[in-house]
Amino acid sequence: MSATGVISQLLAICIALLGAPLLMGWVNQWRAWLQNRSGPGLLQPYRALHKLLHKEAVVAHGASPLFLASPYVVFSCMALSCAIIPTLSTDLPLSPVADAIALVGLFAVARVFISLAALDIGTAFGSLGARREMLIGFLAEPALLMVLFTASLISQSTSLTSIVENLAHREFAIYPSLAFAGIAFTFVSFAENARVPVDNPATHLELTMIHEALILEYSGRHLALIEWAAAIKLFAYSCIGIALFFPWGIAEADAPLALLAALPIQAVKLALGGFLLALIETVSAKMRIFRVPEFLASAFLLAVIGMLVHFLLGA
Amino acid sequence: MPTEAGHLLAIDGVLIVIALWLAIGAAGIAALHRFTLISQVLFPLGGLAGLALAAIAFCGLLAGPQVAILPIGLPTLPFHLRLDSLSAYFLIVLGSAGAGISLFAAGYFRRGEGTAPGLLCLQYHLFLASMALVLLADDAYAFMVAWETMALSSFFLVTTNHRVAEIRRAGYLYLLIAHIGAIAILLCFGVLQANSGDYTFANMRQQTPDAFWASAAFLLALLGFGAKAGMVPLHVWLPEAHPAAPSPVSAMMSGIMLKTAIYGLLRISFDLLQVQLWWWGVAMLALGLVTAILGVAFATVQTDMKRLLAYSSIENIGLLLVGMGLGLLFKAYGMATLAALALTATLYHVLGHAFFKSLLFVGTGAVLHATGERNLGRLGGLLRYMPWVGWLVLLGVFAGSGLPPLSGFVAEWLLLQSFLFSPGLPDPFLNMLIPLIAAAIALVAALAGYAMVKFFGIIFLGQPREEKLAQAHDGGLWEKAGMLWLAGGCLLLGLLPNFVIQLIDPVTRLLVQYGYATSASQHGAWLLVPMSVDRASYGPLYFLLGVTAFSLLLYWLVRKLYSAQLRRADPWDCGYPFQTPRMQDTAEGLGQPIRVIFTPFFRITRHEPSPFDREPKYSLLLEDHFWYWLYLPIARLIGWIARQVGRLQQGRIAIYLLYSFLTLLFMLFLVKR
Repeated sequence: MSATGVISQLLAICIALLGAPLLMGWVNQWRAWLQNRSGPGLLQPYRALHKLLHKEAVVAHGASPLFLASPYVVFSCMALSCAIIPTLSTDLPLSPVADAIALVGLFAVARVFISLAALDIGTAFGSLGARREMLIGFLAEPALLMVLFTASLISQSTSLTSIVENLAHREFAIYPSLAFAGIAFTFVSFAENARVPVDNPATHLELTMIHEALILEYSGRHLALIEWAAAIKLFAYSCIGIALFFPWGIAEADAPLALLAALPIQAVKLALGGFLLALIETVSAKMRIFRVPEFLASAFLLAVIGMLVHFLLGA
Repeated sequence: MPTEAGHLLAIDGVLIVIALWLAIGAAGIAALHRFTLISQVLFPLGGLAGLALAAIAFCGLLAGPQVAILPIGLPTLPFHLRLDSLSAYFLIVLGSAGAGISLFAAGYFRRGEGTAPGLLCLQYHLFLASMALVLLADDAYAFMVAWETMALSSFFLVTTNHRVAEIRRAGYLYLLIAHIGAIAILLCFGVLQANSGDYTFANMRQQTPDAFWASAAFLLALLGFGAKAGMVPLHVWLPEAHPAAPSPVSAMMSGIMLKTAIYGLLRISFDLLQVQLWWWGVAMLALGLVTAILGVAFATVQTDMKRLLAYSSIENIGLLLVGMGLGLLFKAYGMATLAALALTATLYHVLGHAFFKSLLFVGTGAVLHATGERNLGRLGGLLRYMPWVGWLVLLGVFAGSGLPPLSGFVAEWLLLQSFLFSPGLPDPFLNMLIPLIAAAIALVAALAGYAMVKFFGIIFLGQPREEKLAQAHDGGLWEKAGMLWLAGGCLLLGLLPNFVIQLIDPVTRLLVQYGYATSASQHGAWLLVPMSVDRASYGPLYFLLGVTAFSLLLYWLVRKLYSAQLRRADPWDCGYPFQTPRMQDTAEGLGQPIRVIFTPFFRITRHEPSPFDREPKYSLLLEDHFWYWLYLPIARLIGWIARQVGRLQQGRIAIYLLYSFLTLLFMLFLVKR
């Protein structure tokens, strides 16, 4: 474990935790601009988090410790996921702890906790949200695994850092298997982060909401943590996408200068990604809940096709 | 007895434990109605014996194979027994998980329910002893005697409440399928001994049957052991027998007895048969996959908590079959390292599943005792009234959903790794098929999480759906002890993968001549590294520490820096003030998306109310297609044959005399000819 390793590890976590709301603000701002609104500004998520953290938490009678613990667990899972995704550097001392499969497991832990917490109060919307979240989760999880498997098969490793190092050192070309996987990954990210074709983060319309129904009973600091965790999840997914499909510029071991350069490069990539996300969200319409399985099944199939293409073409 | 002077071998220790279990059973008969003695002394003693068995088997695992000959049975046919690493590993599973179940059982059985307590004690310990003997048997004769004792004792345990007609019916179905399986196993041994007339396993290992007979033996074994394990399409007895049996018995059957079938399959296909054909692996993979997907789809739509768990067991058996099939495939192609990886995943899951499924089943037992309800639609909110049971079951639920850092995830992780490293099979078509199976496995694992969230959420979370649930009481002392042991097992098996792989190493060395003990621990005991750290690694303890420490730090920071105020109020629920517990999702409701997506899997009979009904009623019946496709046609055919034969029965003496006369004539004709 080298000093640069420790630094890049700490940097990765801090940037994820502190930068995630900024990415969220950026996406929301672009959504506003694309809809001809002036928008609340880039820093609005920070202000919202600050406000929520200061408020008292109102908790339903009969909420169990599971309900109270879930925001902390969900937040920690997301933070740990950012610790193992190579955002700036592949020199991460924590990366051997969890590989790509364990990363999917980590997201599953967060999902199960938040679903159980939603069921805990025993309200109609809570169970509705939990049911829909688990539905989306069980369809998205295998699709995400398949995307990661395609990358793993190419690089002969499930360790995220090895995958990124391997992919970054290949000669520049369009790999058909990765192209399929990339489309599948985009689909999955929209579903997992409750974005527009699947869910609308800005709605509280009862019958259509998924993520919002899950967290309806949370308030104050608990809500702040969950919203923050959602922002980190978006950040994490964006970074996975960048790491798998645009890995150039991510620093490697013992390269402090590359680490310095990686930060602005990553920021530019994230900004572009956020803009694209807002653009896709603006031009697409939300689909009915029972169209979501078809949407995710196509993501799953695309990922599987990507893997088959890898076997057929060897690329 | 093989005892050398003053030196006790591990196999003798195992025999002593078996004898102890039989003695406990006999003591139970002697104290037929002395309930306190049986529950407070005999059952815990049986549990301790289980622990001792696990410890002895652990010693036996590291020693070489040991043999013994028990001079019981027929004069020329003694019982040949042998303790090798495969038996020892499964004995560890039996002893360690069985100990927790026995402790729970000490507090579970109640006075005046069905079978007399002493008889129950005999059946229970006979069941344990026969399972141990199955694992030790080294000839077909001893194996079949033990196997049948196991089937019969568990049949009587299933029908403990024999006054209920449904339970008798479930027991009958179980017995029937168990015997179909037993016939297949018997025939399999018949094929394996290859006309040599010697039924010892040692002789079977010597035989070199040609491809046809080897395949016949393998398919018979797959059929026979598959019937016991709950492989599709022979799975129908599981969802009937498990809800019928008392919960510790369901735990024992699901957690341990199903694994004896896995043991049998491993023993025959990897040890007794000297050649493996690649298509055996494909057949096993395909059957396992169908079993897993069907099991998990059915589990998510169940409304009875024990049926849900029974279907979840079917799913897990499917995963085990997939792992074994993959192992067979690799072994057939001579890829020992990959075969060992697939088998390591399988054996890991055998141990992990034994613990978490036992925990979940005994948890349903505690709930059943506290509420008298098995129907998920009438439960809810029990975490408040039964915190011990609830929180411990939550651990089992996490393990069952395959979430890190618990035991289920490690097995799943290893299995997916063996899929990922599979490229390089000589057959390009297979090479492409294998990742598709990995995709299906990922789907099954995610759906299993759905089923488990449903199981826990409906029973323990939300508001109580019935008034009487507020009177539910937590488990007793023995029950808590048993559940603690099992939950601790789930946690430790998840956190110490390298230790478990140390146990599995001698087994895979025996079966495929390769083991992962050294390479798994190459980066220390806390990091699981199957090949090299660049390829894949997983450190569950760091994982747990990371999440826990970060959560605690966050908790402290948020309360320190911001507000720690907390106010209790009515649930918000979008401002709707008239919430009732009936507005929560029912078990049907939570399973509805899966029912819609997987509609072709189920035979659905649904009655929907029309808008003009005065008393609107909704009913939904979900059934298994296999009943209508396979079992009922066979039953009808047998019924038809029986009716045709029944025509002979006229009930008049004159006709029967005519039969005798005709038979006599026929015989005379034969003799004269």
